[in-house]
Amino acid sequence: MSAAEDTLERQDQLQGIGCSRKRKEDPRFIQGKGNYVDDVKLPGMLCGAIVRSPFAHAKIVSINKEKALALPGVHAVITADDLKPLGLHWMPTLAGDTQAVLADEKVAFQQQEVAMVVADDRYIAADGAELVEVEYEVLPALVDPHKAMDDDAPIIRDDLVGKDEAGQGKRTHNNHIFTWDVGDKDATDRAFDNAEVTVREEILNPRVHPSPLETCGCVASFDKINGALTVYITSQAPHIVRTVITLLSGIAESKVRVISPDIGGGFGNKVGVYPGYVVAIVSSIVLGRPVKWIESRIDNISTTAFARDYHGIGELAADKNGVIKALRFSALADHGAFNAHAQPTKWPAGLFSICTGSYDIPVAYARVDGVYTNKAPGGVAYRCSFRVTEAVYLIERMIDVLAQKLDIDKAEIRRRNFIKAEQFPYQSALGWEYDSGNYLPALEKVLEACDYEGLRKEQAEKRAKGELMGIGLCTFTEIVGAGPSKACDVLGVGMFDSCEIRVHPTGSAIARMGTITQGQGHQTTYAQIIASELGLSSDDIQIEEGDTDTAPYGLGTYGSRSTPVGGAATAMAARTIRAKAQKIAAHLLEVSPDDVEWDVDRFQVKGNPDAVKTMKEVAWAAYNNVPEGMEMGLETVNYYDPPNFTYPFGIYLCVVDIDRHTGETSIRRFYALDDCGNRINPMIIEGQIHGGLNEAFAVAMGQLISFDEDGNLQGNSLMDYFIPTFVETPHWETDYTVTPSPHHPLGAKGVAESPHVGGIPCFSNAVIDAFAHKGVTHVNMPHTAFNVWKTIHQLGLDN
Amino acid sequence: MIPPSFQYHAPSSVDDAISILTQYGDEAKILAGGHSLLPMMKLRFAEPEHLVDINNIDSLKGIREENGMIVIGAMTSESALIASALLQEKCPLLPEAAKLIADPQVRNRGTIGGDIAHGDPGNDHPALMLALDARFTLVGPNGSREVEASDFFLGTFYTALEADEIMTEIRIAPQAANTGASYHKLKRKTGDFATAAAAVVIEMSGDTCQSARISLTNLAATAFRATEAEAVLVGQTISDELIKQAAAKVMEACDPAEDLRGDAEYKTHMGGEMTRRAIKDAIKRAGGN
Repeated sequence: MSAAEDTLERQDQLQGIGCSRKRKEDPRFIQGKGNYVDDVKLPGMLCGAIVRSPFAHAKIVSINKEKALALPGVHAVITADDLKPLGLHWMPTLAGDTQAVLADEKVAFQQQEVAMVVADDRYIAADGAELVEVEYEVLPALVDPHKAMDDDAPIIRDDLVGKDEAGQGKRTHNNHIFTWDVGDKDATDRAFDNAEVTVREEILNPRVHPSPLETCGCVASFDKINGALTVYITSQAPHIVRTVITLLSGIAESKVRVISPDIGGGFGNKVGVYPGYVVAIVSSIVLGRPVKWIESRIDNISTTAFARDYHGIGELAADKNGVIKALRFSALADHGAFNAHAQPTKWPAGLFSICTGSYDIPVAYARVDGVYTNKAPGGVAYRCSFRVTEAVYLIERMIDVLAQKLDIDKAEIRRRNFIKAEQFPYQSALGWEYDSGNYLPALEKVLEACDYEGLRKEQAEKRAKGELMGIGLCTFTEIVGAGPSKACDVLGVGMFDSCEIRVHPTGSAIARMGTITQGQGHQTTYAQIIASELGLSSDDIQIEEGDTDTAPYGLGTYGSRSTPVGGAATAMAARTIRAKAQKIAAHLLEVSPDDVEWDVDRFQVKGNPDAVKTMKEVAWAAYNNVPEGMEMGLETVNYYDPPNFTYPFGIYLCVVDIDRHTGETSIRRFYALDDCGNRINPMIIEGQIHGGLNEAFAVAMGQLISFDEDGNLQGNSLMDYFIPTFVETPHWETDYTVTPSPHHPLGAKGVAESPHVGGIPCFSNAVIDAFAHKGVTHVNMPHTAFNVWKTIHQLGLDN
Repeated sequence: MIPPSFQYHAPSSVDDAISILTQYGDEAKILAGGHSLLPMMKLRFAEPEHLVDINNIDSLKGIREENGMIVIGAMTSESALIASALLQEKCPLLPEAAKLIADPQVRNRGTIGGDIAHGDPGNDHPALMLALDARFTLVGPNGSREVEASDFFLGTFYTALEADEIMTEIRIAPQAANTGASYHKLKRKTGDFATAAAAVVIEMSGDTCQSARISLTNLAATAFRATEAEAVLVGQTISDELIKQAAAKVMEACDPAEDLRGDAEYKTHMGGEMTRRAIKDAIKRAGGN
């Protein structure tokens, strides 16, 4: 065997970076052997059931607990009045607002939490909840956010009357939460005034729900003897939950243990702290017994963390060649009854300012106004970085609108506006420094793979015959991996993340992370990073997350931050260990550390291939034979504060055929090229792309949380709320290019949210493109058969 | 999503089941496949004190031919309808349509009798039974009686079945010569009820329609036959224009409720479109053009 072959073989054996290694998680998941929060059963455990409001807006006249308390097996009925002496009837939100834990004198959205019944089991708890008698005096409901700031609008938040701010800057109306803006407004206005062409479109990102397979829930267990609290919880951010619990309860953080066991999907739904958690914890402290609270599907869809509800207005100014001169975007954001969106605390509109997209736009201005309505609180990032879906949707729709106005091909207009490869790092008009990108070759690759010219020809022929076919393009750039602590924090905690690695004497290792997997395959991917960095087989590396007693503090997993931040921490920790190992190896080889070099899984004396010490040998020596003055052991922890976000991009193409009689759409082809920099596990990436595209398909084609005029939520079960099965799901074709991140230690970027962010506008662009020849420039999502038919019928295309 | 407590009965004969129903009257509900009843109980919309599970009554299951009629036990599952060689040969509409009901899990447990007896206009079998001119055997404390499908569906969740009766059998004539049938169903997704669906059975003689039965799912308070649409076709030489006219008559007869599947206008148009498609398929299968 040649030296090169030997090197390759040793590399393959590690199953490190670049290897499509099978997921270590799968054997337990596919055998039904996962351990989710509802699997947690503790001795003496009680169950909580929440009494919910049937009305969207009402005064609570009285609550009568007597019948419920008389039911055998009921231990307590807890209301806001019971929490008041503890100061826990309201709680802070991540957005600087406060939220009623249990309704305090009034309810402000349907299904709001009014009381919790704690009983021996969930059956008795449900019966008890039925017996709690609540008398309401119904108030007029505010449903339409466009009417929120009318003079005669019902006041949602009596607690804020007279206050001119609600945690995120000045407000101008009782139902106003904040105004956030960015960019040079005057210069943008001037550019619009002087533009050859302008386009404007009202574009809605409708209210949807992340709807993970597993709903939210927790088991709180307070140990009265030691004054210690353990909470098992389906959280994407267990360490933050621990800090919040301490801030709320006053229990020392060292006596609070939060454990996120296996999680059945999060998608942003499991970032915040919900009333059910707080009441379960209080109940456990008061009753001295473990208390479990688990949401039903209806609870989940109705109350915990919706996403979007951004009512946008997009405007572009351009010259007659379609070169964009300015961008002006605004949005009215419906946050529901409490501002409980989950963004970095200083960013009321998240990272919406990424809305200049992949285009070199000289000047821009963006503004978002948040308002209260009688709807469930939230505004979370559903499989995306904070408000990035809303931003990308606006720019990717608007560039199509501009192309149609100027009769320029939708691929060509993108070519004319792309940021060029040589412009990176690129400073955007709204303040971001894009780390790397190379858009044009990726676009050409996709157009060629799909025979774009041929598709356009076919479309022209079909149109001549009265048939409807649409071609959608989306050429998006994301901003993920929050984030530099100078820009991003949650309740004052910087958004770093962490990895602690301990190499055992016989050359296996355990790593503990501040992130938490919800299906992303962290146990597989992180081990591959360590394998490549330390030259140990990934099969011998255990990854642990989710137990705050053992894992180093981290901000958790959302916003595609695990690889950009946690993955970087892993690489940095491993490099610290390797640096120490190098000294030990040199000591064993009796040379200076500068005289040894790294070779896959071993240190070698420069110029002498026979003088080697493998990492396994070094690990053994670390526990018995280290250089004079060196500490024994081989472990470290790294807290990584990234210097910048990462900016993955993608080029997507969708072909849709539309049945002009029923409005049904059929996705004939969907081609997704993603560039997430260097790829750690290509198979996991592909799986994440598939999953994200499925959710993009769901949002674009069917998902909607809608209300009637009284604020009644329509369709809060999976009968109506669209979760595509494999029957509805199109076939996905994936592709990639590699443009490494210059600042990430592995050159990697986040990826799992790209397909959701880029997929949604691609579907919309395809559906709307099918009607472009009839002058249609925009139709709001979701593109259900009913909605598509309405367009067809209005245009008389079904005759 | 947890029902209040109830008493569970699992009789093994029709007689035992009827005596339980007689004893508890309105407080008892029959449990067949459970796909409609159990969700209603979990939401506490239905709170029966006694649940009478008739899944253990073997005599209610199976498909056979008797005196020139096809006889289907009311507790026969949708999956069994799909798998039945007898039905595939002599009543192909039923297995074809059953494939469009919900999903495999539901079809494994859901029963034809439960689907019919629930009286939900969104269920598929009521319109199919109307198109197939089926007869139902209902057994109660005073013996059994037969009711025609056309006399059975009285309103939403309201049928000719009395509280102390059980539907035991469904009788359908085998498909006649020169006859074709088709069911077209528009739904939003797997597992959903129909936005609109049409069942059509047509007998042809050359290009002339000899007889036609057209019935609709989820387009009014009950499944219904569109007799005026049928009249447009019968005795006529079939043309695209005539099919369009029949579909227009169906649309006139539709009175759907608005929901998240669509408004009344859309559903009515879809009733027409599904009818148009089903007529075309049925004619082709009957040997017409």
